[in-house]
Amino acid sequence: MYPDTVIGEKLIRKPGFLLGLLAIAFLAFFTFNMADTIIGEFLRPVIGEPQESGLFGRSAAALVLSILFVGNLLVISFFHIKVQIGIVWLQLLLLFMAFFYSFDLKLSFIQSKIGFMITQGLFTTLYISAVSIMIASAIAIVGAVAKLSNNGVAFAIASFYTSLFRGLPLLMQVFLIYMGLPQIGYVIDAVPAGIIALSLCYGAYMTEIFRAGIQSIPRGQWEASRSQGFKFGLTMRRIILPQAVPLIIPPTGNQFIAMLKDSSLVSVIGVWELMFLARTLGQKDFRHMEMLITAALIYWCMTMVLEVIQSRIEKHYRQKGAR
Amino acid sequence: MSNDIQNAAADKLVISMEGVSKWFGSFQVLEDINLSVKQGERIVICGPSGSGKSTLIRCLNRLEAHQEGTIRVDGIEMHEKMKNIDEVRQDIGMVFQHFNLFPHMTVLENCMAGPNWVRGVPKSEAKERAMAMLTRVKIPEQADKYPSQLSGGQQQRVAIARSLCMEPKVMLFDEPTSALDPEMVAEVLDTMVELAESGMTMICVTHEMGFARKVGDLVVFMDEGKIVERNNPTDFFDNPQSERTKLFLSQILSH
Repeated sequence: MYPDTVIGEKLIRKPGFLLGLLAIAFLAFFTFNMADTIIGEFLRPVIGEPQESGLFGRSAAALVLSILFVGNLLVISFFHIKVQIGIVWLQLLLLFMAFFYSFDLKLSFIQSKIGFMITQGLFTTLYISAVSIMIASAIAIVGAVAKLSNNGVAFAIASFYTSLFRGLPLLMQVFLIYMGLPQIGYVIDAVPAGIIALSLCYGAYMTEIFRAGIQSIPRGQWEASRSQGFKFGLTMRRIILPQAVPLIIPPTGNQFIAMLKDSSLVSVIGVWELMFLARTLGQKDFRHMEMLITAALIYWCMTMVLEVIQSRIEKHYRQKGAR
Repeated sequence: MSNDIQNAAADKLVISMEGVSKWFGSFQVLEDINLSVKQGERIVICGPSGSGKSTLIRCLNRLEAHQEGTIRVDGIEMHEKMKNIDEVRQDIGMVFQHFNLFPHMTVLENCMAGPNWVRGVPKSEAKERAMAMLTRVKIPEQADKYPSQLSGGQQQRVAIARSLCMEPKVMLFDEPTSALDPEMVAEVLDTMVELAESGMTMICVTHEMGFARKVGDLVVFMDEGKIVERNNPTDFFDNPQSERTKLFLSQILSH
């Protein structure tokens, strides 16, 4: 965003703002009656038995929490921006872990299953997503050219395709392909069905990305190419696409990250990917939460790694673009 | 080649336009244009913005379609059902206002692409030819750079070299100096003068009146889609016939 060269007074240092924030935080904590939680236990010496402390206990818990909350923000505001980011990340992470901790998880159960979740679940998820994104890219390039062409039939097919597959829920597409294809006599396994569904759905979205990428290349490039006698196909392959691909790659990376998570939908047809294992591995021992949380963390770690890779790629192309 | 054939070639019309009209929607941009260009002739087209001069030369290689009249390039009629448009375009070099170099290719690759991809010239020979043309426009040392590393004037000279590598029969210049900083105009015009003196058939849309006077065989003045006046440069500048031409010249020469 645009960095201002004149720094105004920080909002958080204004007493009016602080008081207002305090009031809002107090109201929020009061509404959710924090006296029944672990905070009430901490305040036991002051408010007595938390369950019977009534309005007094409720107010005291809310007041302590809101002062902690606002004081925390105030303290953080004195640090350098990089330190601020670190502190806030850490605090949110701790809250998140405290949330998980409250489920009374059995770590030994997770330990016994996590190996299989990674070798079977994570591997299948990555495999399905990687194959699908490649097929989707191939569909997208054909779709984009068709949508930009002045061939009526090609345009109609491409626009019908994107309209249909962007218009149906992915979950429904998974079912329709897995159960619909056998109806016309073509029995299909769960994994290929899932890959087809993901490819078709994301191909439709990526058609639009590719179309926009191709369209963003200035008209002058076409004219310079065609005026030298380069035919349409040659112009597309050697002049337009090499310039469009760097623009297309970052949003395609985004699509891949999104697909990684949407691939969980193919668990409904029994593909042994991460989500499927998360739902089934804990069933026998009634340890659902352990498996769900483990899978959640695996998804999260995976997307964080991919986001880092994604930003590297973007940086690479930005530098190349500045050439 | 015998002398007879050479003489015939010299008289041959490289370009002929007869009664050419063109509309953008209901707006008429070109009205009954008649113009013929002999081999080796240098035509300068000028006129106020919106007078249709760019559209006119863009019709010559059919980057724009005309609706009425006939356009012939090297004897071949340009029309919407033609099968050999790409072959015809190979013989028509075009230089654009905004250069339109291919930014993902080096200067050398820009110049080699045409001969290598569509003329079937082997890579080594295409490279030799490219270097020769880059030397001709006086920037052989920039061959391995990318277009964005060059100044505007250098980019435009590369664009000229790129066109020359195709060994065109005619060169079209669409306001080649309009997007340049003032101190870079001269280097591009010098290149164009050198090209004109080498006998290249050229059609230039430009407001560079010094250039028109120096190399033009014919100056064509356009206004509102029509050719208002055509004359040799001396008479055109010193003794303009129409009031519109006088007004235009007084406006561009008054500073």
